Amino acid sequence: MGTTGTPTNITQGSRTRGGVGESTLRPDGILKVTGEFAYASDMWHEDMLWGQILRSTVAHAEIVSIDTSEALAQAGVYAVLTYDDLPTEVKHYGLEIQDTPVLAHGKVRHHGEPVAIVAADHPETARRAAAKIKVEYRELPVVTDESSATAPDAPLVHENRTDHYVGHVPHPNILHRQPIIRGDAEEAAKKADFIVRGEYTFGMQDQAFLGPESGLAVPAEDGGVDLYIATQWLHSDLRQIAPVLGLPEDKVRMTLSGVGGAFGGREDLSMQIHACLLALRTGKPVKMVYNRFESFFGHVHRHPAKLFYEHGATKDGKLTHLKARIVLDGGAYASASPAVVGNAASLGAGPYVVDDVGIEALALYTNNPPCGAMRGFGAVQACFAYEAQMDKLADKVGMDRVEFRRLNAMEQGSLMPTGQPVDSPAPVAELLRRVKAMPLPPERQWASSEGADVRQLPGGLSNTTHGEGVVRGVGYAVGIKNVGFSEGFDDYSTARVRMEVVGDEPVVTVHTAMAEVGQGGVTVHAQIARTELGVTQVTIQPADTQVGSAGSTSASRQTYVTGGAVKNACELVRERVLEIGRRKFGTYHPAWATAELLLEGGKVVTDGGEVLAGLTDVLEGECVEVEEEWRHRPTEPFDLRTGQGFGHVQYSFAAHRAVVEVDTELGLVKVIELACAQDVGKALNPLSVIGQIQGGTTQGLGVAVMEEILVDPKTAKVRNPSFTDYLIPTILDTPTIPVDVLELADHHAPYGLRGVGEAPTLSSTPAVLAAIRDATGLELNRTPVRPEHLTETETCWTSPRN
Amino acid sequence: MDFLRPASWEEALAAKAEHPTAVPIAGGTDVMVEINFDHRRPEYLLDLTRIGELGDWEVGEETVRLGASVPYTTIMERLRGELPGLALASHTVASPQIRNRGGVGGNLGTASPAGDAHPALLAAGAEVEAESVRGSRLIPIDEFYTGVKRNALAPDELIRAVHIKKADGPQQFSKVGTRNAMVIAVCAFGLALHPETRTVRTGIGSAAPTPVRAKDAEEFLNAALDEGGFWDSGKIITPSVARQFADLCSAACNPIDDVRGTAGYRRHAVGVMARRTLTWTWESYRATGRDAHEMGGAA
Amino acid sequence: MRVSFTVNGRPQEADDVWEGESLLYVLRERLGLPGSKNACEQGECGSCTVRLDGVPVCACLVAAGQAEGREVVTVEGLADYAKQRAEGCGTGSCGTPLDEARRWAAGGTHSRTGEGTGTVPRATLSPIQQAFIDAGAVQCGFCTPGLLVAADEMLERTPNPSDEDIREALSGNLCRCTGYEKIMDAVRLAAARQSEAV
Repeated sequence: MGTTGTPTNITQGSRTRGGVGESTLRPDGILKVTGEFAYASDMWHEDMLWGQILRSTVAHAEIVSIDTSEALAQAGVYAVLTYDDLPTEVKHYGLEIQDTPVLAHGKVRHHGEPVAIVAADHPETARRAAAKIKVEYRELPVVTDESSATAPDAPLVHENRTDHYVGHVPHPNILHRQPIIRGDAEEAAKKADFIVRGEYTFGMQDQAFLGPESGLAVPAEDGGVDLYIATQWLHSDLRQIAPVLGLPEDKVRMTLSGVGGAFGGREDLSMQIHACLLALRTGKPVKMVYNRFESFFGHVHRHPAKLFYEHGATKDGKLTHLKARIVLDGGAYASASPAVVGNAASLGAGPYVVDDVGIEALALYTNNPPCGAMRGFGAVQACFAYEAQMDKLADKVGMDRVEFRRLNAMEQGSLMPTGQPVDSPAPVAELLRRVKAMPLPPERQWASSEGADVRQLPGGLSNTTHGEGVVRGVGYAVGIKNVGFSEGFDDYSTARVRMEVVGDEPVVTVHTAMAEVGQGGVTVHAQIARTELGVTQVTIQPADTQVGSAGSTSASRQTYVTGGAVKNACELVRERVLEIGRRKFGTYHPAWATAELLLEGGKVVTDGGEVLAGLTDVLEGECVEVEEEWRHRPTEPFDLRTGQGFGHVQYSFAAHRAVVEVDTELGLVKVIELACAQDVGKALNPLSVIGQIQGGTTQGLGVAVMEEILVDPKTAKVRNPSFTDYLIPTILDTPTIPVDVLELADHHAPYGLRGVGEAPTLSSTPAVLAAIRDATGLELNRTPVRPEHLTETETCWTSPRN
Repeated sequence: MDFLRPASWEEALAAKAEHPTAVPIAGGTDVMVEINFDHRRPEYLLDLTRIGELGDWEVGEETVRLGASVPYTTIMERLRGELPGLALASHTVASPQIRNRGGVGGNLGTASPAGDAHPALLAAGAEVEAESVRGSRLIPIDEFYTGVKRNALAPDELIRAVHIKKADGPQQFSKVGTRNAMVIAVCAFGLALHPETRTVRTGIGSAAPTPVRAKDAEEFLNAALDEGGFWDSGKIITPSVARQFADLCSAACNPIDDVRGTAGYRRHAVGVMARRTLTWTWESYRATGRDAHEMGGAA
Repeated sequence: MRVSFTVNGRPQEADDVWEGESLLYVLRERLGLPGSKNACEQGECGSCTVRLDGVPVCACLVAAGQAEGREVVTVEGLADYAKQRAEGCGTGSCGTPLDEARRWAAGGTHSRTGEGTGTVPRATLSPIQQAFIDAGAVQCGFCTPGLLVAADEMLERTPNPSDEDIREALSGNLCRCTGYEKIMDAVRLAAARQSEAV
């Protein structure tokens, strides 16, 4: 890894082993490699029951009747619940808009919607019982895209909407609409020497985390319930669960169990309420584990999108204007759609300077599967479109594609189309320069004296080519992602930090509700504590609701916000420790009063390095504990008509270069290399940073060439809910991913850091697409590209080309 | 559900005779997925993994008698010389873990048009040894596949082995999937040159309701090679001949549109694979003549 | 039905097993060995990879009854399996002392409390386990147990694998977090350490 750029000074912390900036190893690593780490699906309780959901087999229908009697009569069945059994008046939930029924009531709005739940003594008993529930549906016409959703006679997905978006949308099947108007795009278009227009399609991607939705609910003697669950945000879950159960929040005690990946797919509730309802009804612990089939119905997906873009440029390559319309399919329930719309709109121009902009982004209500958060969150779809546009425009102008981007790249001080100044480093041109400067992988790596190694060729082990038809292509892309929650959201986190002496050693305990989903937050928290408090022994407490909210593990925000909260709490602990020190030892050395003091190596030292006291002596008989909320600087909502406003707290940038080899006859693709350059502000843990970039890059590769949930447009039913037919990249599909990390500090952020996780998912996809276009000469306005798109055999048979 | 665990082949046949609805299970690749996902609840599962001889093979003069449960990994590693096409096909089956347990018997029993072994068996020439308490019979592979996921087995029969013609010339296998590993065939193609009879045989997977041979294409090519004296001269096959062979292979398809690919793509890809595998096998034949065996790079 | 087999050298028995249960379910839910993971249950991800009589297989595709009388090694027993191999008893037939085996059966209650800097290697880790930690090949960790069993077996067969050998051997194991680069690093690291040790 090449870590270069302006290094960030850590002004307050100390040089303690295992601190910020080191690649310390995961504290949960040993448990994870020995198989002892307890994921949600590993939970087990004496005498527990198994929960099972009956889901709708149709996308849009009235429920005429539900008959559970036969299911209830089965031996081993303890409970069968439907909407009518919900215990309180609160029967819906949702992240922002409570439009999602806990169990379907009167109507189902998408394929796979939960209709009834069963608890039984064995999963097979529960499955057999669920199969015996008789549901009579009267099918309704489905709306599946913009034209069917906004047609004059379109059935309404939600009648009688009362949410706060309904007032400004042009149609009740439009969930939210956000324009961004800056300058006058129509007028500016007249100055353009070249104009390119494109219509782009982005397929529905699934998070496809490997650990399926699972949890264990244990009824408690006090009438409450203990829930062990894999989620991204415990307190958001809690806020939605407790009212449905009719319990105060302190009687729903949630503990994060091991999370097998998330990527946005665990931001919404899945089986949380269902397991609690069954546990409270039966008085027994209830475990629920989705299988892979159910997991595809159990969480929201990335919004599929249609994007219409028009860019103009002058002869010398300067962008004149942008007009864009982004239509996101939100599916049947709101989930995070409004915020996804805000992102798609406000980031829709990409990391480029363009003064005259007219963007409109909207999300539809349809009968397709609900869509919501996934890594990249609205910025991904836009990046796919604007980067395709940049290549087309560069070609028209007659400039090198990278140089064209660099000429128009934003930098610190540039204005976003929202009017917000970019007030920290924005090294867009530099990232492009770096990624282009990396050496290219050698040609024909697959060739050897013994013949072709098919494992390195398109088609891989399937032995489809020994080099025939194989053409190399290279493509570039860059993207911009916001970090943290935007648009005026009160985005805070809470950390509780305790320092005490255990044995003969000072020990720090960090307790937050941050969901560790694999990203390595627990590693970083320990590093922060070491740096700030000068101890080596740090214990990370399990995340639960016994401490204040940490916000969600999403939006690339946890290291920034919960990291910031831990840092802040540590600073308060340090002040208190120094106060104790002054009280106990202040009279022995004047430096206690006069010098700047640090905690380092288990001791109190002056900034000159003089040791004043050991922490064990200072803390003898005392324990310092602080719990404190911490928030980043406030943002503000976008104006509903113009989209103007200080909407985002921080931006994150990554650039990719993709090198692909395409079997142009068979339309099969092998990505040879996917190089990335990203500015991370400050790499708190370089090893983890690289891991995030490579992982995000690979998810972008997946949606470029294989990943798509296919929904039948006639029935709105999901056609490929399995790992047999929803394909994610294997190790043979994934290339080497060299990473160049730039560290330009953002002085608004703790340690100058910049959120890392999402930006690489943006630019990876358009870079791969650009490389495939380069290899094939095809226009390719949709992603993922499938072999039939590359061979133009999508609809009818064309004679094999020679 | 009952789990039957016969300790011998005779016990297995008796169990199948007594319970004709019993579902045989060996590698579990298909059956366990159906059970795990609640797609199937057979009355009886008939475990064949205790019957050692199903994992054995015998190399004879003309054929290899391949036990129904010989794992794909073993075919890849041990039978490359005798069964090059099937070895290549075996290498494309699912994942290493599945190749370690699954065998050709499962592919035949399921008779999915997407089964990877079928095109290689069709191209090589094979007979399925089916047995019941009533006796044993050999079913020619061309008569084995009777419909989508249907085969010629009687309800009381089990697959004991497959008798596959030992390669007398180069063989190839290609499969298109939308991923570079662990993928179900969008379509597949097997081709075998038989210099001894101066014929070519083919097999097409996943592009018709059953695995099929492209018989018109074979007849065309057999005639063209014969008339042009190609077998003797070993000269390069004329591009127009290869192209017509490819077109006829495409025409032998009767594919559908599904989540894995379009019908149009399947026809197209089968043509490309037909042309390429013909080129590879013919190159190999030219290079090694009648001793041709293994070829095709490091596949 | 009753199923008896050997897991990590220790005889195990499960009663009242439903005939449709997989080996994976029996390991996870009946024997307290949840290390083998339930990501897809259709043989398409490799996260449940175990060794069945020495051969890596997907435990989700093995009917419980098929495991009768067989020897199974799971991630929980990988360290001892590797240790015995290093001591010249690679087949696992040397068995495992009962008291050692009992440790694996604990399962289920561990939480994610971090300890120390996480840099202290536990003596009982196998080389491939240690390499996964050191190389940063573990993120969410759900794919890790299956990858470890598959990678360990590959290094047993192919001590000096090329990159393409590694990719082929691990092509049945999906990972959604890492982009596989650190997994490649880990296997290379384990191979290098293994050849140094010889």
